[in-house]
Amino acid sequence: MVDARSALAPTTAPTTAPTTAPSATLNADSALIDVRALSKIYRVGVETIRALNGLDLSVGRNEMVAIMGSSGSGKSTLMNMLGCLDRPTSGSYLLNGRDVSRMNATELARVRNEEIGFVFQSFELLPRQTALENVELPLIYAQGAWRGRRARALAALDRVGLADRVHHRPNQLSGGQRQRVAIARAILNKPSILLADEPTGNLDSATTTEILALFRQIHAEGQTVIIVTHENEVAAHCHRVVRLRDGRVLSDLAVADDVAGRSGGGA
Amino acid sequence: MTPLFWLQAITLAFSQIWANKSRACLTALGIIVGVASTTAVIAALEGLKVKVLAEFESVGASKFFVFPDRPDNAPRNMYPWEKILIKTAEVKAIRDECTLIKAVTPITEVGLDVQAGEKIIEGITIGGIWPDWHLVQNRFVQEGRPFSQVDIDSERQVCLINADAIIELNLVANPVGEAILIGGRRFMIIGIVETTQARFFGMNTSSAEIFIPFSVAEKMQERNFFLRVEGLFVSPDASEDGKDEVRFVMRRMRGIAPGDIETFQVAAIDKFIEQFKTLATGITAIAGGIVGISLLVGGIGIMNIMLVSVSERTREIGLRKAVGATPMAILLQFLLEAVTLCVVGGFVGIAVGRLAAFGLTQIPGAQLEQADIPFWAVALSFAFSAFTGVVFGMFPAIKAARLDPIEALRHE
Repeated sequence: MVDARSALAPTTAPTTAPTTAPSATLNADSALIDVRALSKIYRVGVETIRALNGLDLSVGRNEMVAIMGSSGSGKSTLMNMLGCLDRPTSGSYLLNGRDVSRMNATELARVRNEEIGFVFQSFELLPRQTALENVELPLIYAQGAWRGRRARALAALDRVGLADRVHHRPNQLSGGQRQRVAIARAILNKPSILLADEPTGNLDSATTTEILALFRQIHAEGQTVIIVTHENEVAAHCHRVVRLRDGRVLSDLAVADDVAGRSGGGA
Repeated sequence: MTPLFWLQAITLAFSQIWANKSRACLTALGIIVGVASTTAVIAALEGLKVKVLAEFESVGASKFFVFPDRPDNAPRNMYPWEKILIKTAEVKAIRDECTLIKAVTPITEVGLDVQAGEKIIEGITIGGIWPDWHLVQNRFVQEGRPFSQVDIDSERQVCLINADAIIELNLVANPVGEAILIGGRRFMIIGIVETTQARFFGMNTSSAEIFIPFSVAEKMQERNFFLRVEGLFVSPDASEDGKDEVRFVMRRMRGIAPGDIETFQVAAIDKFIEQFKTLATGITAIAGGIVGISLLVGGIGIMNIMLVSVSERTREIGLRKAVGATPMAILLQFLLEAVTLCVVGGFVGIAVGRLAAFGLTQIPGAQLEQADIPFWAVALSFAFSAFTGVVFGMFPAIKAARLDPIEALRHE
């Protein structure tokens, strides 16, 4: 019941108006992410896999969204699309009003540099570089960010509570600290989206809580956060939960409704 | 690309080399050996060139030679050797009629037994010369007097000898005025002639030298004897016109009609210098070709190691792409790494080559005291090394640039 309704009206998210065709066009400007009929088709041998199958999604500024789904639901593919790492087979993706679905590799790289901050499950820090150098990495590829780069990197490390670990290398840091460095790197360029892929997958529960608290803090400071996860505990820290199945949105609810829906579905 | 990009790319290139020191050394070995061997060869060639050109200079840049020459492909019976041989009258004509020559002498050599007291040396090469020989050869007398025109004209039985001949013939320290027997005839020693160091590629094998007037030597020769002509133009600049003058006189003396083939050759020293320079350039080019091959081999090593580096660092490439590295930025970074490896290899190679060049200068008797790597060879070695880096680094760099960021991040 609930699921069917949200599939028909996928943008009943807190910050967006109910969807009709004309108003969606108007809302495209206000929405940070506006995904329409997004499809991604892979061909593996003779088999055709529809990883995304006409998915619609809209995310507004300063939301904190969890994207959930079982493996094969298309959540990794959606994350790659939202993070501008891949292009869809069909459909459109407006990010900040710009259509990024038809951009070439170089343009996508620029968009990733300016608009997206990635946080990965396995941190992805460069082992031979210090925390500070790791955080500075996006600035290497940014346009005209030569001056004040060190101050910015230090400020970012301070925001994640690692001001006293700037010259440590990743192997001198704990898992939680490594992920903090990765988060500092992600927020350095003040991206439109902080996109985290199973950010606590490699962390113990105490550290998980700390890292999720850090995400909430960063969100509270005005950052849009999207967390891709399969753990309900992680999703519970977000304000909105989007569940996927078979490359489509299964449900898109405020976190309280999602929890209610889950318990309802389970009963 | 920001300055920060270049800074980090260069730092990264060096830190990659530093992190894999032994691997980098082995990889760059091809480049090192290639550059070192080439620079050493070029250094040796340069040393030889300096030496040889110095010898040419000591001979005199305004020097010329006339010698008989049978035209190529000409029937033997049309040009018998006795007709082609230079005649004394022709040399006299050159002396008397050419205005652009300062000195000229015929030189003929005859092997005769020489006896001084009890000491007999068999088959010494005796040179028959004119007084101008002193000027032409730049060799003057240390003791006594040189030949005069009177010695030639009156066919005096006088001779000049060098210091080695004094020793070999067991003569007194200053033998001027003493008599020796040359071919059974009695000759008086009138002067001791200098022995010059610049022996022209071992034309004389015995170090004992004896000279007699040309007119006397002529009488002691067989009927059709060989003589060569050496002379000096008034200046090196006059060599072109001077050669034409000599040719004109020779053609007239031989009655060669206009358009007919000359049966002699006039050569100026500048011609030899040109020929030698051409030869040296040719050898340098061959050395360059060898470098090309060694750099090719070295380059393949570089390509191999860069491919390994790309696959080892696939995740890193994925991450860099995720944070916004464009394909071009990745390409440049890997290309710069290959170029850095090659240039560092080239630098080490030049250092080794310098050491080898220094070693060459220390080989006694190798005549390579002047061996040195010229600046252009250093510059060229660097340029070639860098070029090798670009060429052979390109394929791995393109491979890195084309990596799909998603696949790269998933790589184990």
